[in-house]
Order: sequence, then structure tokens, then C-alpha cells
Amino acid sequence: MVPSLSILDRKEKCTVSSPVFAPWDDPNEKPLIRFENVSKRFGSFIAIDDLTINIYAQEFFALLGPSGCGKTTMMRMLAGFESVTEGRILLSGKDIAAVPPNQRAVNMMFQSYALFPHLSIWDNIAFGLRRDKMPKDKIDARVAEMLKLTRLEEFARRKPHQISGGQRQRVALARSLAKAPKLLLLDEPLGALDKKLRQDTQFELMDIQESTGTTFVIVTHDQEEAMTVASRVAVMDEGRIIQVASPANIYETPNSVYVADFIGDVNIISGTAKPAGKDRYFVDWVPNQAPIVAVSETGFSDGQKCHLAIRPEKISITKDKPEDVENAVEGKVLDIAYLGNLSTYHVELPGGQIIKAQTANTRRISNRGITWEDPVWIRWNATAGVLLEQ
Amino acid sequence: MRRFALIAVPYAWLLALFLIPFLIVFKISLSDAALAIPPYAPTLKDGFGALIEGLDLENFWFLTTDDLYYKAYLSSLKIAALSTFLTLLVGYPMAYGMARAPEEWRATLMMLVILPFWTSFLIRVYAWVGILSNEGLLNQLLLWIGLISEPLTILNTPTAVYIGIVYTYLPFMILPIYAALDRMDDSLIEAAEDLGCSRLTAFWLVTVPLSKNGIIAGCFLVFIPALGEFVIPSLLGGSGTLMIGKVLFEEFFNNRDWPVASAVAVILLLILIVPIVLFQRNQQKQAEAEK
Amino acid sequence: MKRLSALNITALTLGFAFLYLPMVLLVIYSFNSSKLVTVWAGFSTQWYGSLLRDEAFLDAAWVTLQVAVISSTMATLLGTMAAYVLVNSGRFFGRTLFSGMIYAPLVMPEVITGLSLLLLFIGIGLDRGILTIVLAHTTFSMCYVSVVVSSRLVSFDRSLEEAALDLGCNRFDAFRLVTLPIIAPAVIAGWLLAFTLSLDDLVIASFVSGPSSTTLPIKIWSAVRLGVTPEINALSTLMIGIVTVGVITASIISKRSAIAAQRDAQTAERAE
Repeated sequence: MVPSLSILDRKEKCTVSSPVFAPWDDPNEKPLIRFENVSKRFGSFIAIDDLTINIYAQEFFALLGPSGCGKTTMMRMLAGFESVTEGRILLSGKDIAAVPPNQRAVNMMFQSYALFPHLSIWDNIAFGLRRDKMPKDKIDARVAEMLKLTRLEEFARRKPHQISGGQRQRVALARSLAKAPKLLLLDEPLGALDKKLRQDTQFELMDIQESTGTTFVIVTHDQEEAMTVASRVAVMDEGRIIQVASPANIYETPNSVYVADFIGDVNIISGTAKPAGKDRYFVDWVPNQAPIVAVSETGFSDGQKCHLAIRPEKISITKDKPEDVENAVEGKVLDIAYLGNLSTYHVELPGGQIIKAQTANTRRISNRGITWEDPVWIRWNATAGVLLEQ
Repeated sequence: MRRFALIAVPYAWLLALFLIPFLIVFKISLSDAALAIPPYAPTLKDGFGALIEGLDLENFWFLTTDDLYYKAYLSSLKIAALSTFLTLLVGYPMAYGMARAPEEWRATLMMLVILPFWTSFLIRVYAWVGILSNEGLLNQLLLWIGLISEPLTILNTPTAVYIGIVYTYLPFMILPIYAALDRMDDSLIEAAEDLGCSRLTAFWLVTVPLSKNGIIAGCFLVFIPALGEFVIPSLLGGSGTLMIGKVLFEEFFNNRDWPVASAVAVILLLILIVPIVLFQRNQQKQAEAEK
Repeated sequence: MKRLSALNITALTLGFAFLYLPMVLLVIYSFNSSKLVTVWAGFSTQWYGSLLRDEAFLDAAWVTLQVAVISSTMATLLGTMAAYVLVNSGRFFGRTLFSGMIYAPLVMPEVITGLSLLLLFIGIGLDRGILTIVLAHTTFSMCYVSVVVSSRLVSFDRSLEEAALDLGCNRFDAFRLVTLPIIAPAVIAGWLLAFTLSLDDLVIASFVSGPSSTTLPIKIWSAVRLGVTPEINALSTLMIGIVTVGVITASIISKRSAIAAQRDAQTAERAE
């Protein structure tokens, strides 16, 4: 199950040498799917709240959020299992409200895989093709193609309960891809796999998505998974999309404390802003401490409340007071978490706030000389953090 | 449209063959004997007013004047309650033994409990006639051992009815109790013993409370059908045993008094409503607890 | 390993002796050559012979079989529909009444069900015969079928049906191709239950049968009211034998499939 070199190669090619795939930045590009002011209510519960979003052909789009945020409801509306309370969903420019699930050019891979237990792997994959009254020889060819794509040839005659969890996952994928849908929906596709298998399968999914050119919409609560596979990630909360951006942008320039906190680890320092030159601000955070210098493209007025979000790996830690740096604060080491490749130091600052600083353990068995209760200095650049309004 | 048909067919069937017949019983129970000859005048054709007019509580009044009915209801309640208790006494140790039996025996034991359920009820009751009669096998055995010198009269007494009910309804008692005991974690008993309980106190303080729902379900499953039982008192109880199901049957077939038979049915149902509602509530509570 | 104490063994032995001894005695005495059923007078199969020559019994058996096959099939159809509606349809007008009507016949005393149906049949002028017994049996067995099937449907993974819809099935095809094959064991169990209930029913059939449609239980009833007869012992033995063979076969089949499932699980592990 280790991803072959060719997969990695292709990924390299795609991200490095080919032109950047970003149809969402092109105003002439028509979206494959468009949610237009869509709301969904179950009784008085608002699952989706006035949501508008475009998803483009060949995208690998991830809906990310905690359980109950409405991501599964969005997917089920796309598949046709839930109706829209208000607004429209357009597929290739056409409203799909009236199209029943069995006639939509959309297929879904279920969280439970929903493999038909009474049918063989082969029959499971052929199920959708048979419904389309495809001629027998074409079905045979298509199923064979799908089995090859998902490396399941030798299991074709088995029943779902006679194969492993990872293989079941691939059958579910093959079955939903067999009809060559315009859009494939994946509901927590890797949720049932263990961690190691999940990581390998993520690359496999990306490879299949690329080689088939299908648009994938994936629902997940696992931020690492979303960051790994997706071309764009939509972070959702309480029926609303908080931010839609590429994984790198989501991580490096979150638009809110919610997003910053949801994706990865983050330190939040709250204070008031004071303009200090073009795009530069001083942040007063505790009394009797030098203000923090931060760079932000978003404008802040004098005295406006703000939150500085800084990732732990952007903060470095030293025993001696650093010279010539934009931000340096003295503190005391409370805890050290040794993770093997990384060490995270929990440093208590004056005023009681605890900041996490991370260093990569690039050398084996080196004595870093910092231990519990040590007085230390932490420092970071003005551009290291993001200044957020909320 | 298709969904409508799916609902409508079984719905209409049950309305026509369950609810309406029952309403007819209710109506006839309020009619005079003379009017209860088909087509049960007055019918709806004569208008709703006429339908109501002919009705009175005379039949129910009649039931209170003859102490046969009153005694039959009481005796049914007593027989059903006592035999439920006896079934519990016999069933609980069996269910407990099954739950503690080795894993590989359990499927077989379970099958042995269910098997009688698939065999004819009538035949199982009938089997006791040959055993309990004066010259029956039980008396032969007891005489042979020398325990008694005169044959005992068991058949055609309430004792035979108790035996019959315990025998035929035993699986209904065992299965829910076994299900409850089977779900129970064995380490609970070990924990109780570890905390200082003796075997017996652990049984009382842990096993019995945890099988409470099974006991309640089993008791209702025996009590409810036993109350309206007809075959067992008729075959084993003789003329001396009064049970309301038997009275209803005889009222209808021997006396041909339909309005009184209907009134007896209505009251039997009223008596049954309380245990049925309690049973439903117990089942619901259990279902919610399992969620 | 569980402790099976002497007390438990005693309880089980006595309990099962109580459950099975009466039937065993019945079987033994069906081979008694004496007319006096409680005195053993040597082995004989004469009562089986006289049973099989008794036209009235054979007629009753034929009527019972017809009624049981037709009513259990209809009950399975209606009961499965009812179960599907109860589990899947959410709210609809009169749902409470509907589920009440499904569960009520399970606890309704047979004398009341029988009486009420008879009054209905007389009221609408339907002649009592095989048809009325079939209608009566279908009505109460469909409720049992519906309970059996709905307990299976509750644990049925709805996403399987959604997957079928997603792959191009309409609702009916999704039911026919996916749901039905998966719940088939419960449907078959429901049919068998309905069949047995119909074969077994005395009280309701007594109310709704006519003179030309005597069922086997009615026939047995009228014979045993007069006491023990050797022919009934023989008949009982035959019925017990058929049921025993059936139940044992069924349990062997389910044991086999359990073993197969275990083997499949091992195959799945090796497939990693």
C-alpha cells in the first residue's frame, strides 16, 4: 500500500512544473457547481445558512468542519437526498432541485461505504452501469477498468465481507466512479481506516482524481486530510463557510481566529492595535511590556481590538536575550513536549499567557540546554503572525 | 403516489379487519339482544341518531347482576397472576442457568427453549391430559412409588390450569430474562464479590436488579395472554374453573347471547388495557435506555 | 470460562425435563397398541394407519394447509409493507393509529379477535368458509410479520438504499435489488411464523369457520374434548416430528452460515 514513486512524481510535476491550477481566480471560468444563497432548515434548526459558493471542474474541494457544521448536509443536497429550503444549487448552470438522485450526474461514496453485502465486488461495481442499461460487453470493459484502477482485480469474485477495510474503501470508490460522474462526493472516505493506511490512501485518492479528471468534493473533519488532498478547503462552522482558500492560504493567512485555531496549532495574543507606518502596527497586549510589532494588509484603526495568531513553529526559543529582533519576550518554561521530530516548549509570559514555541530536532541527541523552569526568550518576526479582527 | 399506496394498503386492511370489527363488538355490546341479529339494526343507514338511540348499558348492567361474570373476571385475574408468578419461579433459574452455560451450549439450549413454541399449542396442552388424569401417568407413577394410595384428582381442577399455563408460556418468560442476563457483564459479579459480597448477596444486589427489565417483560408476556386464555381452562380446568375467555366462548356459542358476549369482551379488554400500557411503557423505557 | 454450578445444572435439567417430558410421553404412547391410552400394551403403529385412513382428518389437514399457505403469504406481503412504512415513512396522517393497529392484535385475546371478525363477516353477509379463515389469519399474522421485519429494518443501513438511488435505481428497484435481498431472512422468518400461527390457531378459526371448512385444530379440539385418543397421539407425533426436523434443519443452516461468516472474516484479515 506504499504509494509508488510515480504517484509522487506526478504530484511534483503537478505542483511545480505545470501552470498553477486555480480556476477560482479566473473571472471567465464557469463553475461546475454553484450554491446560490442556499439555506436548509430542519424544523427550527438551521443546518445551512444563506450559503454561496462556486466549485470548479476538476477541483478537489474539501468541506472541513466539526460535526454538525452542515458539511454533510451540503453533500447530501448535492447528491439529492436532501431538498433545499431556500436558494438554488446549479450543476453546469442548471438548477438541479427537480432532478431525483437516481438521475443526477453525481455519485457519492458513502462514509459506511454502503457496499451491497449480497453482491460480489464485481457486481457492486457493475450495479450503476446495469441501471443505465449499458450493453454487457461495455459493462465488462468498464468494470475491468475500474478494478485495475483500484488494484482489485484478484478480488472481483469476493463478497464485501471477505475483503479488508482498505479494499472495501477502494471498492466503494470504484463503484462510485464507474458511471464516470461529473462530480464525485466523498463522505469521510477515509474515516474508517487506521492512520497509516489513511495516509497512503490519501495519495491514492489524489492520483485517481487526477488520472480520471473527475471533480471531487470531500467531506471531512480531519484537517490534515483536507490539507493533504484538496486544491481548495472550505472551513465551515454552524452552517456557514468561514473561509475558502488553498491549503497554504488557509494555514498561513487564516481570516479569523476560528480558522486559525481549527487548522493546526496556534498561539493567539489579544490586544489593541496602533498604526505604525504602512501596513505596520503596534499591538499593546499586556501593561508594562513593549508592544508587539506586526505586519498586516488589513487595516486597523487606532485602539481597535485585534488578535495576533502565530504558529508555534514560527516562534524560536533561546536562553540568551536575542539582539536586533522585532519581537522578543522573556518567559519561563512550563512544559516540554518531545515529539521525536519536534519539541514544543510551553512558555509562560509575564501576565500569565502561555505561548507554544516549536523547534525541529534536526540533530540526534543534542543537548539543547533548556529545561523546566528555565528563564528563556522567545522571538518572532513582524511578518510571522497574522493580525485578525475576530 | 407510490408511497401513498404503500401506506394505504396495509392501513385499509387493518381498518377493515381490525378496527371496524372491534367497533362492531363495542356497538353490539350496547344493543338489545333482539337488535343484535344481522344486520344489527339500527345501522348507519338509518342515520346516526337512530344508531345512538338504540344503545344502552343494559348488557353491562346485566353482567353486574349475575355474579358468574364478576367471579369469572376475578378468577381470571387470580389465575393469570399466580401462574405468572409460578412461571417466573420456574423460568428464572432456567434463564440463569442458560446465561451461565458455556458459550458452545447456548445456541442449542436456546433452540430447545424455542422449539416448543413452534409446536402446536393445542397439542402441548393436550399432552397434559394423559398425564394428569385420574388413571394418568403421574398418578400411576405416584402409586407405583407408594407416595399415595389413592389417585389424586388434578385434571379438571385449577391446579391443572396452573400447570398448563406455566408449561405453555414458559418460553415467553425465559427468553426476555435470558436476553437481559446474557447482556450482563460477568465482571460485575466479580467486582461485587471483590467488594465483599457473598455469592448470594451479589446475586441479589447485582444480577436481579440488572435482569429486572427482562423479568418485567417476561411477566407481562405471560400475564396478558393468560388472562384471556381459553384453551387451557377448557381442556384442563373442567367445569369448575372459571375464566373469562371460556365464559365469553360459551356465552357466544352455547347461549348465543351476542350482546352479552360482546359486553364481556369489552370489559376483558378494559381490564387488559392497564397491563398492556404498563408493558408498552416498560419496553419503551428499555429501548430508550439502550440508545 | 463460566462457572456452571450443580444448582444451574439441576435447574436446566429439571426445566427441560418439564418442557419435553409431556411431549416425549405423547410420542411414546402414540405407538401403544392398546386403546386405553394410559396402559402400555406393546408396540404398534396401528393408530397411524387408522389416522391416515380417516377422511375427515385428511380433509381438515388439507383445508388447514391451504389456509396456512395463502394467509401466511398475504400476511408476509402486507406485514412487510407495514414494517417498511413504520420504519421509513416518518410522520404521516394517522401514524399513531396505524402503529397501534399493528401492535394491538399481538396482545388482543384470541376470543375477542375471533368474536369481532365473526360479527363483521355476519354483518356484511360473507359466508363462513376458507375465505373468512384466510382473512382472519392474514390480519393477525401480518402484525407478527411486521414486528419481525421491522426489527430487521431498524438495523438496516439506510445508506445502502441511498447508494442504490445514487447509482441510478428508482425507489422500487432499490427495494427490489438491495433492501429485499438483505432483509430476506427476516421476511422468510416472518412467513414461517405466520404459517405456524395459522396452522396452530384454534380459537379464531372456531369463530370464523363454516361447516365445510373445518381446520385441523378444530378437528383435534372436538376429538380431545372427549379425552385422550390414540389417533390424536399419532397425529401429534407427526406434527411434533415435522416441527423438530424443521427447527433442527434451520439451526444447522444458521450454524453453517455462522461458520462461513467466521471463515470470511479470516479471509478478509489475510487479504490485507
